[in-house]
Amino acid sequence: MSVTDAVGLAEDIRARRLTARETTLAALARVSERDPGLNCFTAVLAERALDDADRVDAALAADRDPGLLAGVPFAVKNLYDVGGLVTLAGSKINASRDRAVKDATVVARLRAAGAVLLGALNMDEYAFGFTTENSHYGPTRNPHDTTRVAGGSSGGSAAAVAAGLVPLALGSDTNGSIRVPASLCGVYGLKPTYGRLSRSGVALFGISFDHVGPLAASVRDLAAAYDVMQGADLADPVCAVRAVEPCRPHLARGIDGLRISVADGHFARRGEPAVFAAVESVAKALGASGRVTIPENDRARAAATIITASEGAGLHMEDLKTRPFDFDPMTRDRFLAGALVPSAAYVRAQRFRAWYRERVREIFREVDVLLAPTTPFPAPRIGQDMITLDGVTVPARPMLGQYTQPLSFIGLPVISVPVADSGPLPLGVQLFAAPWNEAALFRAAAVLERDGVTAARVVR
Amino acid sequence: MSGLPDPAAVRRYVDESAPLIGLTIPPECRDGVVRNLAGLLAAGLLLGEFPVGETEPAPVFEP
Repeated sequence: MSVTDAVGLAEDIRARRLTARETTLAALARVSERDPGLNCFTAVLAERALDDADRVDAALAADRDPGLLAGVPFAVKNLYDVGGLVTLAGSKINASRDRAVKDATVVARLRAAGAVLLGALNMDEYAFGFTTENSHYGPTRNPHDTTRVAGGSSGGSAAAVAAGLVPLALGSDTNGSIRVPASLCGVYGLKPTYGRLSRSGVALFGISFDHVGPLAASVRDLAAAYDVMQGADLADPVCAVRAVEPCRPHLARGIDGLRISVADGHFARRGEPAVFAAVESVAKALGASGRVTIPENDRARAAATIITASEGAGLHMEDLKTRPFDFDPMTRDRFLAGALVPSAAYVRAQRFRAWYRERVREIFREVDVLLAPTTPFPAPRIGQDMITLDGVTVPARPMLGQYTQPLSFIGLPVISVPVADSGPLPLGVQLFAAPWNEAALFRAAAVLERDGVTAARVVR
Repeated sequence: MSGLPDPAAVRRYVDESAPLIGLTIPPECRDGVVRNLAGLLAAGLLLGEFPVGETEPAPVFEP
């Protein structure tokens, strides 16, 4: 049994053509078989998952509706609270903390819609990375080439979907941590508008930019998970009090009336040619011939880097003081450096953020959807430090966020779509819009998938 | 980019400021911390030379 189509599985389960229990058993069997070579999961909750599945089957037997995602297996990055499990956030330090007493809000909402939680997924320590080369728990391997990284920091989430272990996973994105692994693993990933989805019960990193969101193998599944998770949550001070705006009804609307252009300048340089060819293929399919220049993206990255390092260090200050050697060597020096950033630089970065937001707001008066590459190159090798772009050799890991970081900096909604013909390794393209306009992104993404321009690459 | 700040000056800043906020930089981390902080300070310089006028910082606190 394939478990790559979440809504399709739920339809079969609701129609009693499949049971949630047999679906869960099939997913658990695939995890047992495939995950040892990939290292996506840090915890598998077989017993709990089967209990949840039995509840779904029991509801159906009693003619009760178990929800839109009835019996759909899913898994979450291990920075989400899962009741009864320690929230590792990729760290050794957190491993000795108390178990979470309840699920994070969005995890609870997915389970309330019938989805079955299979376990927790690997990530960069405290989400501070783009590759999921975690020194404590090992690297997550890219299912399309296991010598390469899965991307990060939601690497376990993207790889689990790309390997066909689960049809849905949750990640988090501060500077690109949903979109980068989605691109490198060839799946769809949504970073919604800042404040759209509750972060309650999620270990934070850079509080100004932290977002949660889903990864999936189809636009329909991405929309279903997103719709189910929406809604205000007073437990998260950042979560907006807005009406739920379901995106599933928009999937069949097409793109008539949408003004779609390509972001140039920063988003059209310092990448491999295949990356720009991928953007062009998406642009052609959407009839996007115009070019738009967003100003000062290098400064946007600079400001995002300062804010992230400062806020991240602030959250972990006590541990940095008392047990620096328990941090992952991949993050430790960056956290320590973040603790020493002058406050004036932080405030300046927050002022620049407001300036940059105004410029981008002006642009979105003239356009609805913009296109840009997700990553400047496909998955690097595990352990690869440097890469040469435009004849200049630079550190590979931070460059992965080159195109994602300016967009999360101001909280724009973004979908990374996997381009169908990107070559031997997957590559994604970002569709982004004005705040709260996720619906436009879903309309465009649905057209691209329908026309075969984008397709998730799931290892069979 | 305005270039990296003087590495020796960054090293002195790390050595002198870290203990004042209760941080002990392990010797084997010192070079990495200096390199990363130099990058962050360079980012700050890049922002410092850009005119944002009277723009207020982005975060808003609602009492």
